[in-house]
Amino acid sequence: MNYSIALKTLVIKEISRFVRIWPQTLLPPAITTALYFLIFGKLIGGRIGTINGASYMDYIVPGIILMSVISHSYANVVSSFYSTKFQRNIEELLVAPVPNWVILAGYVSGGIIRGLLVGLVVALISLLFADIVVNNVLITLSMALLTATLFSLAGFINAVLAESFDDISIIPNFILTPLSYLGGVFYSVEMLEGVWKTISRANPILYMINAFRYGLIGVTDVSIQLAYMITGGFIVVLMFFSLFLLHKGIGIKN
Amino acid sequence: MNALSIRKLRKTYNNGFEALKGINLDVEEGDFFALLGPNGAGKSTAIGIISSLVNESSGSVSIFGHDLKTDRSRAKSCLGLVPQEVNFNQFDTVKSIVINQAGYYGLPRKLALQRTEHCLKQMDLWDKRDTVSRRLSGGMKRRVMIARAMVHAPKLLILDEPTAGVDIEIRRSMWKMMEAVNQEGTTIILTTHYLEEAESLCRNIAIIDQGLIVENTDMASLLARLHVDHFILDLAESLANVPVIAGYQIERIAEKILSVAVPKELGLNQLFSQLSAHNIKVISLKNKSNRLEQLFMDLVESKSTGAE
Repeated sequence: MNYSIALKTLVIKEISRFVRIWPQTLLPPAITTALYFLIFGKLIGGRIGTINGASYMDYIVPGIILMSVISHSYANVVSSFYSTKFQRNIEELLVAPVPNWVILAGYVSGGIIRGLLVGLVVALISLLFADIVVNNVLITLSMALLTATLFSLAGFINAVLAESFDDISIIPNFILTPLSYLGGVFYSVEMLEGVWKTISRANPILYMINAFRYGLIGVTDVSIQLAYMITGGFIVVLMFFSLFLLHKGIGIKN
Repeated sequence: MNALSIRKLRKTYNNGFEALKGINLDVEEGDFFALLGPNGAGKSTAIGIISSLVNESSGSVSIFGHDLKTDRSRAKSCLGLVPQEVNFNQFDTVKSIVINQAGYYGLPRKLALQRTEHCLKQMDLWDKRDTVSRRLSGGMKRRVMIARAMVHAPKLLILDEPTAGVDIEIRRSMWKMMEAVNQEGTTIILTTHYLEEAESLCRNIAIIDQGLIVENTDMASLLARLHVDHFILDLAESLANVPVIAGYQIERIAEKILSVAVPKELGLNQLFSQLSAHNIKVISLKNKSNRLEQLFMDLVESKSTGAE
């Protein structure tokens, strides 16, 4: 059986969902990040000087873009799939001959597309404040894509396991946001000392932000190969775990 | 060919509740089949397993010869489900709900549009195609679910209490629609609490209680088993005393209304002769309760008495 039509239907449905509510999904990151660039980059950054040879404004642009990609790809899948579960319209997919990988690919694609669109919006806003010439297009785009994929998968798992609306806000608020801020968005990990540097290096988001920063402005605190290995490794693990949850029907079937 | 074959199907939930205790069931192609049972009997669990919404503990289900475990896609392609409760996205339009479902079943866009139009017109919802579904009435929402279930032209349609909570006019129009769909060749399995609905629509019936099939036969044979009919008689005048007529059990339920249990071997002629002899004038009569309801209660009650 050809599942491309089912996949296409699901992806279009997911895109229509976040486009229909664009004031909630696409507009807020534009405003929030414009404020970040204005306050941290322009007003405070002007007094900080350079980090690893880059102006502070240039230094924070990649981190802020990728932080938006992370939070929006995650938020899209977790809210969409949990609502589908909550309203029981997941049954439309479970009854139909749609294999688990199509369900996963459909929702994750929605998250990736929203994450990348928000990333693009934030990147366009950053052009008002910084004058960035892309260092390596392939690394920039591939790292944005892989990061969006990883956090879409994480959002999917959160939605499958969530039993209430509280459960879908705990991880973004108490884990994802702190890890993003501590992932070197606003500072170089080399500025930390001792145990804090070691702890920071255990944060996988640090590797994604630095690899993306390397792609955009050519500055990094970590090995690019290691960053790809960590991101790819997490994607594989989360993908198989998501498929396992769907196969067992955990959180969606009795 | 059987539209549905269930063998030794068991389901035990995580809390230990055994909802199905190894049921076997066959539904022939083209049938209009009633699956009845009291609340908590196991029919929703059975339907959930057939439609892949519930994982079975053991046993097998095949739909038009396709095993639900080993030939899942083909089995699912033959099935359409109208669930008990509204389960579509209430922020979507009527048309998008139906057309998306067509997409999940792999219908190309052009065919999906044609089938959506056909089904919405059949359900008298074409004028509402661009309406956001949460703005629809309860009856319309149920019809949207029927249109959605039929968009891929399933060979087996399961209707889980499709007329619950709708008014009598809509219910009767839905009966006509269900009959028309069945006459076009679609096998229908109906669960309902309106036993009159099952009696008038279905040819075969299974009654499930406490996780077991307690009856599985054709409707005519089942109804033929009724030995006693209960009638309500409207009298022209009130009576001083309730008449005593041998073989009949007569009760007064209002001043001019009697309830009479009529054994089949005695019939109504003898009753009316005796009432005339007592100088009692009957204006009209009607069945006290639906015949199937009577049998249903007998079967379910005898089963629970046996279980105790």
